[in-house]
Amino acid sequence: MNEIGLSQVLFVSCALFFIGIYGFLTRRNMITMLMSVELILNSVNINFIAFNKYLFAHKLDGLFFTLFIITIAAAEASVAIAIIINLYRNYHTIDVEEVDTMKF
Amino acid sequence: MNASVIIFYIIAAAIIGCGLLAVTSLKIFRSAVYLLFSLISIAGLYFFLDYEFIGAVQIVVYVGGIVVLIIFSIFLTQGSGGLMKKPALGRMVFAGLATLFGAILTYMLINNQLFISSNKQAIAPSVENIGAQMLSTTEHGYILPFEVVSMLLLAAMIGCIVIAIKVKTPELKNSVDTKDIEYRAADNLTIENKDIKIVV
Repeated sequence: MNEIGLSQVLFVSCALFFIGIYGFLTRRNMITMLMSVELILNSVNINFIAFNKYLFAHKLDGLFFTLFIITIAAAEASVAIAIIINLYRNYHTIDVEEVDTMKF
Repeated sequence: MNASVIIFYIIAAAIIGCGLLAVTSLKIFRSAVYLLFSLISIAGLYFFLDYEFIGAVQIVVYVGGIVVLIIFSIFLTQGSGGLMKKPALGRMVFAGLATLFGAILTYMLINNQLFISSNKQAIAPSVENIGAQMLSTTEHGYILPFEVVSMLLLAAMIGCIVIAIKVKTPELKNSVDTKDIEYRAADNLTIENKDIKIVV
């Protein structure tokens, strides 16, 4: 094994994706759940870049998908943090199990 | 094992180790810092794969933007020092099992898959090529998603301001009340004046 192939990079992104899923399932604090979502999005970005480099080097499409995912992740994070701040102002907590106004 | 393989394994270990610490650390500020190092290592992986522009964008947007935003929201919503609640043991065990089996399944799929790379002429992912294709209006151009994403960013910005803006609670401002208060104030003033006069 003298060269890094596609599967090694895919193993890294796979591990990162499931780490993000684990964090999303266990955490109950909204900011940490948002951090887990960022990890998941980053693993998808690594996948796109790896496929673009190793399989479709004659195109740049994976790179553009990564760029647009980064942009949308930034928009998503900013909206999520605005919601978190609004929630904290109204309930003084950001634990997802203590905010249940819309439950009933 | 040559140098590039060793460098790749160091980067991969940094990504996965910092990611694991980011989702398991009980101190929220530490967790954000581990996320920062994980994202920097991912930028390092992009540099390793010769995608310098994406690596630079990763550092600028994620490390310079999103992590700073997350840290600010931590400061605004809760103290950075306190320990968070530990997740329930059952949830940890079952989430761990689910992710472990998912990871093993994906691992086996990747292992058995035969990837066939194209043998066409490769395009260098340089800023020149990226910019030319991003803003071209020809068949493989990305001008339409570019414009749509710019509209999305504008909408997200306005939405953030609308959601996070502090709504002023309507103060109790009945006209009668304020008049009463004014009358009382006036009475007090005259009484004080009288007192002062008496004293003088």
